[in-house]
Amino acid sequence: MVYLDHAASTPMLPEAIDAMAAQLAVGGNASSLHASGRAARRAVEESRERLAQALGARPSEVVFTGGGTEADNLAVKGIYWARSAADPRRRRILASAVEHHAVLDPIEWLVAAQGATVEWLPVDGDGRVTPDTLRAAIEHDPSDVALVSVMWANNEVGTVMPITELVEIAHEYGIPVHSDAVQAVGQVPVDFAASGADAMTITGHKLGGPVGVGALLLGRGVAVTPVMHGGGQERDVRSGTLDGAGIVGFSVAAELAVKGQPEQAELLAALRDDLVLRTLARVPDAQVNGDLRSAIEFRLPGNAHLSFPGCEGDSLLLLLDARGIECSTGSACSAGVARPSHVLLAMGSGVDRARGSLRLTLGHTSIQADVDAFVEAIVPVVERAKQAGLSRSRES
Amino acid sequence: MRVLAAMSGGVDSAVAAARAVDAGHDVTGVHLALSEAPQSLRTGARGCCSVEDSRDARRAADVIGIPYYVWDMAAQFREQVMDDFVAEYAAGRTPNPCLRCNEKIKFAAVLDRALALGFDAVCTGHYARLVDGGLHRAVDEGKDQSYVLGVLTGDQLRHAMFPLGDTRKDAVRTEAQQRGLAVADKPDSHDICFIADGDTAGFLHKAIGSQPGDIVDQASGEVLGTHDGAFAFTVGQRKGLKIGRPAADGRPRYVLDITPVTGQVSVGPAEALDVDRIVGLSPRWCGPTGVDGAYVVQVRAHGGIAPAEVTIEPDRLLVRLSEPLRGVARGQAVVVYDGDRVVGSATIDVAERVVPVR
Repeated sequence: MVYLDHAASTPMLPEAIDAMAAQLAVGGNASSLHASGRAARRAVEESRERLAQALGARPSEVVFTGGGTEADNLAVKGIYWARSAADPRRRRILASAVEHHAVLDPIEWLVAAQGATVEWLPVDGDGRVTPDTLRAAIEHDPSDVALVSVMWANNEVGTVMPITELVEIAHEYGIPVHSDAVQAVGQVPVDFAASGADAMTITGHKLGGPVGVGALLLGRGVAVTPVMHGGGQERDVRSGTLDGAGIVGFSVAAELAVKGQPEQAELLAALRDDLVLRTLARVPDAQVNGDLRSAIEFRLPGNAHLSFPGCEGDSLLLLLDARGIECSTGSACSAGVARPSHVLLAMGSGVDRARGSLRLTLGHTSIQADVDAFVEAIVPVVERAKQAGLSRSRES
Repeated sequence: MRVLAAMSGGVDSAVAAARAVDAGHDVTGVHLALSEAPQSLRTGARGCCSVEDSRDARRAADVIGIPYYVWDMAAQFREQVMDDFVAEYAAGRTPNPCLRCNEKIKFAAVLDRALALGFDAVCTGHYARLVDGGLHRAVDEGKDQSYVLGVLTGDQLRHAMFPLGDTRKDAVRTEAQQRGLAVADKPDSHDICFIADGDTAGFLHKAIGSQPGDIVDQASGEVLGTHDGAFAFTVGQRKGLKIGRPAADGRPRYVLDITPVTGQVSVGPAEALDVDRIVGLSPRWCGPTGVDGAYVVQVRAHGGIAPAEVTIEPDRLLVRLSEPLRGVARGQAVVVYDGDRVVGSATIDVAERVVPVR
């Protein structure tokens, strides 16, 4: 199997599996007061310190959650509620037009049900929010902005955002910034304190940890209204019994991912560049989506995103899958139906270019043979998909 | 063969796909997403268009052990089936959207794409048989769906596979149970898949708007009432006329005819529904072009079967029924059978009484 979909979920690191399995065997509720409880709590707190250390945060800034989506919801809704409660004028949310649905949809809900307004920050052709764009949006009326949310790096096209600059601008006006960094950790350097961000989402299964555990890194002074109410286990902001084993596996993976990041990035970028260049050589009309510069300041090293004119992404995926090559299309699955990705549309790609695209993402298990297999398969696959694409357009 | 199995999420298409695997084919399951805004859960008797149905299809594919994908056919379905459905009703005809979907989506858009992608055939859970390349009625007369497949050409049928035609529905359910398919006891779908609540008149009213017209007694010409849109009426319909007063003879009245443009709805007694001559347009042949002769014709999906003399002209069929049929609606298909074999079909344009009622 050639796995080119690490951005969807990357295999767990063996060290994380071992650490997690060991903790599963120990068990215990970290909120219990007896010896087993203390042991579980110790594992959680050590993990919290490990994670904080890896990501430039203080341990008290780590709020464990059930994954990235929960952390995004907590940040977006929680900060919005707290900020608008403190000053009812703060109703406007500024967020990039290329956010993941875990950020887009909570905002849409706040608009539909909670009286918020949203201004989607446009992106340039590479998928990037420029500092000027953010400044102009804020200066329209700095007093009514509840929060800014811009992802660290885009999950589809891999574009890295100028987070530090964006945070500086927002902070000139005292506006808190959330950044969804689930795709970035382990691929590019991520330092919570250095970025200045007030809240940052990270998750286990994108960096070699388990699915179902993530965290919101949340500055100590940032007011957040809880989304879920209960035992208040995490700073009274997040309730629910802590998943000790998941948290251990997550923190071990995060530590290794961050430690190995420089070397990993170099390796992945080389493989990725090879994949892109050889694909373009064989399929000359293919187009690269996102930032063409391959340095990690601009683009996640494991990300390639290509459009194949005249092809349906669905057809490409099916044909590659049949050959044992796994990747994603440039479409987002919305209610079970593939729709052209909002990211590519926001970048100015037409619907056809969006529908005819593939996302190929590399990770820690990727090897040269994976790239070779893809490059080998892509010519016949594109040929067939083009026939199917044409038969389809003839029909409609 | 490489076979693409269209899987609606129902029991029939699941068992059909499983049988294709058993027959030694390399099968891939595909769920056709036909709705642009699918609902999360199935409501009522709809059987194909919710996310829940798509999940049912996925689970069936898991159990059968075949790859599974969702193909977005919503745009084509809207253009070719839904828009046509509305336009036909607006023109005073009564279309059959299932037939249209088979003709334009399942065995056209989907089949073309499948062939281009390297598949050899499309497999569905329709109850019909393919015998030596010819389309035949299913063994289970109650479930027979050869009527809605009667629009397929020989070329389309060459790439079709209907593994359920030789089996009765209850046996298919039992087989699904034995195969561990959770859809074994899922209710049959009926009604029109894209009209969620089954309220066809309401759907059409929304799509077409108000088109008032008169309800007229066909014999006397007397205006009995008015209506808000002729699309709410189908030839043979008795209920919902809302005329408010009984006929002079006290007998129930039925919709006899709908006049396009003016939207006049003619009503009269049951026997006035009987027709003995049908003209069908745009014939399609399920194999070789048909020849004049004695056949059996079917004029709607269930029932409406009679022996007939069929004369074939280049772009139409003339059908003389040996015994009258009741409630023959323009826009439906007249499907011609030679015994169990489907010869071809045409779209009903004229349905009239030639031999006077005795």
